[in-house]
Amino acid sequence: MTEAKTASGLSIETSGVALRLQRVRRAFDDLVVISDLTLNVDAGEFLAILGPSGCGKSTLLRIIAGLVTPDGGTLNITPTDTKFQTAYVFQDAHLLPWRTVLENAALPLELMGVERAERIARANDTLAEVGLSEAKSRYPAQLSGGMRMRVSLARALVTQPRLLLLDEPFAALDEITRFRLDVRLRDLWIERGMTVIFVTHSITEAAFLADRAIVLTRKGGGVKLDRRLDLPRIRNNELRVSPQLAHEMQALLAAMEEEG
Amino acid sequence: MWKTLQKAVPAAIPFLIVTLAMEWLVRAGWIKAFLVPPPSAVFETMVRDWRELFAALARTSSAALIGFALSALGGIAIAVFLSSSRAIQQAFYPYAVFFQTVPIIAIAPLLVIWFGYGMRTVVASAFIVSIFPVIANTLTGLLSTDPALRDLFRLYGASPSATLWKLRFPAALPQILTGLRIAGGLAVIGAIVGEFIGGQGLGSVVDVARTQQRTDKVFAAVLLASLLGLALFGFINILSHVALRRWHASEQN
Repeated sequence: MTEAKTASGLSIETSGVALRLQRVRRAFDDLVVISDLTLNVDAGEFLAILGPSGCGKSTLLRIIAGLVTPDGGTLNITPTDTKFQTAYVFQDAHLLPWRTVLENAALPLELMGVERAERIARANDTLAEVGLSEAKSRYPAQLSGGMRMRVSLARALVTQPRLLLLDEPFAALDEITRFRLDVRLRDLWIERGMTVIFVTHSITEAAFLADRAIVLTRKGGGVKLDRRLDLPRIRNNELRVSPQLAHEMQALLAAMEEEG
Repeated sequence: MWKTLQKAVPAAIPFLIVTLAMEWLVRAGWIKAFLVPPPSAVFETMVRDWRELFAALARTSSAALIGFALSALGGIAIAVFLSSSRAIQQAFYPYAVFFQTVPIIAIAPLLVIWFGYGMRTVVASAFIVSIFPVIANTLTGLLSTDPALRDLFRLYGASPSATLWKLRFPAALPQILTGLRIAGGLAVIGAIVGEFIGGQGLGSVVDVARTQQRTDKVFAAVLLASLLGLALFGFINILSHVALRRWHASEQN
């Protein structure tokens, strides 16, 4: 359990939630995307979900977010007491182009009915956390791709979520920007103690970011590999070229290449 | 101000060339003056009959503007209603299309019977002709909201009205303004048609001048009507610039 203090003096519960998915199934028309998936995620865990395109990664994430209802099976998130505890980061930034960076970051609080003064204070804090204080009165069209993604990340973090879901968020960015955001995301996770589920098709990114990685089967969303990654808690660029990371990547790669 | 004038220069050049060419063609006897009056005669008429012409312009302007304002408000409201569900769209959209297909010249006499001879008929005609592009464009805009952003609003429990005002409506603004731009020109046409049948204004000036073989006056009135259309178009462009300049590609660079 960790407590975060905001500039406005509010303290907000930020410990992660635990997830239990049991025999979850989902089909779109005749296409079975996920059949019989069982998965447990501990509170405060950083989990990467790997798999080829079309294996149901995004659908799984959307089921967890409550945006897609499963056809069968159960999903339990504990504790269940907090409303709006889940945040979602999409593949592209998806900002509101007519709003400034600050107004974009404050949007979730606005929709939840938080008072203006408080939501501005909290959005300011969160923008500082992603290194965007300078750009807060700019419009999305005036930002680089990396900065836009930072705003998107700030928008997700502003509610102090206990579950952060990311769907290939940095896939469209150049490598250096992606490396920086990887490190920042990992640090934010350490500071906040939330549960993070990160969907990606990049083996490097999964191994670098997560403490546990699962590889999904090509069809039907089964779990092919479930592996704890034996890497230091604090990740930096030196780790990127280390034999330890190479070792973990090899294991993930082998599972990805395996038939099925 | 200087910049705006500079932008107007390229558009003024063809106008000058055509005007001078017409003047020359008529004076040289290539075109009969009773068919196409020389531009100098049109200008003379405009100066001589300015009281009558400008009174007509004022009336046509107010009717076209009121008709335009009604279709802007009504069209957006109807599109919001239509966008609320697929079933509603299927039930009512065909009737909205009616506005586009209705031959205004054929139903204008009916409008005179309903609304009497005067301003109300002219406004109704401008309204009927100009509402459809507002409905169609607004509806397209409201229905093409980014699905990821709709998910985001759902995730934070946004009410339908919050989703409409904070997401769908601003996202549709570029299309709404495109609809208004088309509607502006159509409202002027609708007003002129209305005045042909049952009103006072540039349309009736044209109608009367035509029966008197006064092509110079017809041209003077038509010129003023096009200036009115241009002014309305310019007004919507300014509106669009103010609303979109910070975020939409169409108003940048």
